[in-house]
Amino acid sequence: MTKYMDRTTWALTIGLVLLIVVNFFVPEWFRSILLLSLARGSVALGLLVLWRCGLISFGHALFYGFGAYTVALIVKYLGITDAFFTIACGVVVAGGLAWMLGFLLRRYRGIFFALLNLAFSMILYGVLAKLESLGSTDGISLERTTFLWYAPEGAANKFALFIFAAILTWGVALAVHHYLRSTLGYMTTAVRENEIRLEFLGYSAERAIHVKYTISGLVGGFGGAIAAMTIGHVDPDSMAYWPISGDFVFIAILSGTGNVGAPFIGALIYELIRTYAFDQFPEIWQLIMGGTLLLIVMFLPNGLWSLVDRWSKRRTGRDRLEAEREKA
Amino acid sequence: MKHVKGRAAVLLASVASVALIATAASAQTLKIAVPTFLTGGSAPAFGIPAKNGVELILKGINEGTLPAPYNSVGLAGRKAEPLFYDEMGGGTKQVTELRNKAQKEKVDMIVGYISSGTCAAVARVAEEVKLLTIMTVCGTPRVFEELVKEPKYVFRTVAHGTGNNTGAAHYAAKMLKDELKDGYIGLNQNYAWGQDSWRDFNLAMGEIAPDVKPAKKQQFPKLFSGQYGSEISALLRAKQKVVHSSFWGGDLEAFLAQGTARGLFKRKTFIFTVGETVAYRLGKKFPSGQLVGTRGPYGIYAVGIDTPLNNWFQKNYREIYKEPPSQPSYQYAQGVLAAKYAYDKAMKDNGGKFPTTDQVIAALRGATFTSIAGTVEMALSHGHQAITEDRWGLTAYDEEKGELVVKDVLVLGAKCVNPPDGVESVPWLKGGMKGAKCG
Repeated sequence: MTKYMDRTTWALTIGLVLLIVVNFFVPEWFRSILLLSLARGSVALGLLVLWRCGLISFGHALFYGFGAYTVALIVKYLGITDAFFTIACGVVVAGGLAWMLGFLLRRYRGIFFALLNLAFSMILYGVLAKLESLGSTDGISLERTTFLWYAPEGAANKFALFIFAAILTWGVALAVHHYLRSTLGYMTTAVRENEIRLEFLGYSAERAIHVKYTISGLVGGFGGAIAAMTIGHVDPDSMAYWPISGDFVFIAILSGTGNVGAPFIGALIYELIRTYAFDQFPEIWQLIMGGTLLLIVMFLPNGLWSLVDRWSKRRTGRDRLEAEREKA
Repeated sequence: MKHVKGRAAVLLASVASVALIATAASAQTLKIAVPTFLTGGSAPAFGIPAKNGVELILKGINEGTLPAPYNSVGLAGRKAEPLFYDEMGGGTKQVTELRNKAQKEKVDMIVGYISSGTCAAVARVAEEVKLLTIMTVCGTPRVFEELVKEPKYVFRTVAHGTGNNTGAAHYAAKMLKDELKDGYIGLNQNYAWGQDSWRDFNLAMGEIAPDVKPAKKQQFPKLFSGQYGSEISALLRAKQKVVHSSFWGGDLEAFLAQGTARGLFKRKTFIFTVGETVAYRLGKKFPSGQLVGTRGPYGIYAVGIDTPLNNWFQKNYREIYKEPPSQPSYQYAQGVLAAKYAYDKAMKDNGGKFPTTDQVIAALRGATFTSIAGTVEMALSHGHQAITEDRWGLTAYDEEKGELVVKDVLVLGAKCVNPPDGVESVPWLKGGMKGAKCG
């Protein structure tokens, strides 16, 4: 048991408690931004899993969109609004899709992998935008989410959804964290560093990538499902279009791959920058976003998390120095 | 690691407190959030004219220089300040932004929205956060027929898309008898707006001119494709002379340029339901003898309508922006006028005191008010959805004035092209347009 109680686990748990406490005090608009950050952060977490093995996807809106539309379609055609059921379906459907695509995609690396993902996501966009039964470009609106027998209205609904999403996201982040620390998880780095050597050690690099791709699909679907419930509406432009995939890559670059908590902080900062850029510079907000990305790439190539790393390294260094001094 | 979470918490707390301080500072001016396309492909033809329209009408309102009945200063005496923001980026962004405007910046109302997709996405949220929202351009009937059936806070001050396509069918059946001998064909983008437009037009034609048949196959090129070589070839081969198209923006401009080069518009008569939005931009290059729609007495159809308000709007708009006002300018300005009408009326009903939002809503619900170049009746969906007359005519370039005009204009009454209250648009079209009162 203690094997699972490392620093990240503690930090995530404290983060969860903090979020739940914060939930009582934040204004509604900010709660909605936090919820969106959890959703988008989850997708970026999926990207992080791939990134660790040196792969980047330019089409992760595919899974985000699949998760979101699964929830919306279940609400529309089956009339089931239960959060637990719909989210499970969203995750399973997106994960299943990732598993199937994985057979093809695991053979590709680098830009080919990235662009094939983009291609698949744009197929989804095309289908969603053209089919009237899927709402076309106007999208589908969701009925209010319910939680088993609990059906809160108005602000209470978002309040409950927030707690629901925070706990689940915590679980997802922990699961991914412990996966990454397992043997299979460490193989990610091996894939990135030297694939041939990994194969000679007796592991299949393709298989490792396939598993990771499926995980990132599952997590992406989870994010999409949460986003659909938060917004209460799905449409192809904000769920499956290529700039959305770009947003996720942006968040991943902004946060860095150092820790599973990073994408959520990155997503929140992204949302805040966007919100204020939107407010203050309505005509050039895209320029602000692009400029931010440029600055991050230039000055923090390993993302915001590298600040934490640098800081904690300096601290441990100082601690060691002090300890030695005391000894002397 | 713990420290990082602590940092994040500090960040959260500080952001939240900034927000709280910001909200405390709303004084005696009304804040109107105005979403419109400020960037992207819809900005030049829709977003910017819309923004100009709001700026101009608000200037008139704040200075009290509008002609009667709007000659008092402000909305219920208070000056109003517009907060323009971008409508780009899909429903998620717009829903988030609406929450921000309502709860962070505490705006008094929203006037705007161009895309049907945005309107569909935000309608329920606007009701949830209890923000007076006046939709100004978007056309999908789904807003009140499917999404918000019992609206309280959401209004739309333009007629929805169904009326416009019905009007086009009336015009075609009456004025284009010769051209319709071989039927008609559709060229619409393959997405919600294109599909809906064609469905409405086709259903209306089936009722108004049942002898005229549509082509067996309609064309649905994909949105933003930009290249229409094969579509133009197919249209040139088709025997149908009348083409219905809901193209807009960059796609429409590209299509017009490519079609003109191949002589398409000499052989066909097009019904461009949203054509007016690019008419002034293209000027002489816009093909003559084509139908353009504006969904009411706006833009090119408002030229020459002699009301004091229209003369004021035309004169000032042309002076300030060096171009004639087009459909979105009128429709956005109309949304602001609706707000002024409602605030002023609510204040009067409230014994001269500044009204509450509920009183403003009560004043606007079911109201009939004078707009810039016509009358708007909030007649449908419990008094939240407007109907207006519709106008259709053929384009012609006026060399003397040096601008595009419309001729052979047919004015269709509001009650002729719109369903009666309580009847949804598609069942109304399918059921033989019962209750339509055409003069």
